[in-house]
Amino acid sequence: MLTTVIPIAFALVSLAFLLSFWRLIKGPDAPDRILALDTLYINTLALLVLLGIHLGSAIYFEAALLIAMMGFVGTIALCKYLLRGDIIE
Amino acid sequence: MIDLLLSILILTGAIFTFIGSLGLARLQDFYTRLHGPTKATTLGVGCLLIASALYFSIREEGISLHEVLVTLFLFITAPVSAHLLAKAALHLKLKSLAPPPAQGSDTPPGTH
Amino acid sequence: MRRLLPHPLLTVTLAILWLLLVNQLSAGHVVLGALLGWLIPFATSDFWPEQIRIRHPLALLRYLAVFLYDIVRGSFQVAALILRGPTRLRPAFIQVPLVLRTDLAISLLANTISLTPGTVSAWLSEDRRTLIVHTLDTGDAAALVTEIKQRYEAPLKQIFEGSE
Repeated sequence: MLTTVIPIAFALVSLAFLLSFWRLIKGPDAPDRILALDTLYINTLALLVLLGIHLGSAIYFEAALLIAMMGFVGTIALCKYLLRGDIIE
Repeated sequence: MIDLLLSILILTGAIFTFIGSLGLARLQDFYTRLHGPTKATTLGVGCLLIASALYFSIREEGISLHEVLVTLFLFITAPVSAHLLAKAALHLKLKSLAPPPAQGSDTPPGTH
Repeated sequence: MRRLLPHPLLTVTLAILWLLLVNQLSAGHVVLGALLGWLIPFATSDFWPEQIRIRHPLALLRYLAVFLYDIVRGSFQVAALILRGPTRLRPAFIQVPLVLRTDLAISLLANTISLTPGTVSAWLSEDRRTLIVHTLDTGDAAALVTEIKQRYEAPLKQIFEGSE
């Protein structure tokens, strides 16, 4: 059962990747692109978790945690830049 | 039985992740697009992480709970980034399908 | 006592987070977690001068249950709206007047609004009395404001600020 479900899940998450990527290219404004990047981070997280289950290895967890943190900090920094024109005041 | 539960969780997670990105690609203005990734994607990844926690708890001895940490982190950070993005968009006065909020004294669209 | 252990709640939370991070429950890690939980609030106590007080732990639990239920409900609702197509959405900005005063309660309310059905908090007015919320599909804005105030704001006020 699990062996049939995981490839489907991979396909769905990859499609999600493509859709977010399309939004990243198309824009039209900076916040749209930041939102697309943020979604890409979360999709990467989903892909890594799936890969961990698929390969039966817990080692991908650390990478997922780091991506979650970096993604959040990156999004906040970009938003701050848009709001103030400066990141560190 | 556990296999079935895991499959349902993984499939639900993947579908929600997909729908979140579909919303991002499909909806028409920035503010409505914001809803997809904040809610659907967060729940999707949450489902996947719970599946992962279950899977590793069964496969190896001892409970594997560190996935809860990422789930918690996501549930705390997703609304914060959504709020800041909406704020940045209002600040830049992006086009919106809805009439933008009154720009009176209580909602200064500028910075401090 | 207050100087040595400025934030007991934060200490406990950090210790639990540490145990989750190392993903094992051994005596050594409990001690290390407790040490970190003491050291971090102690070293950074200048950043959070106010003390967090939870007045009604039971109400907090009930709030968390409602919150979790609403996250699931909200995600299904948003998913249905996205699948139904963008043409039939009725997005709007609505203003929610706040009675909450503390920073923590306001930020929790904003986060809750963002994660629950069809709403994202977008702007907090300078005087902290109005929260502007963007909704995906609104029929009745006034009813939504009432729902937010009753469902989320009232329990948060009870939990963190007490009744006046």
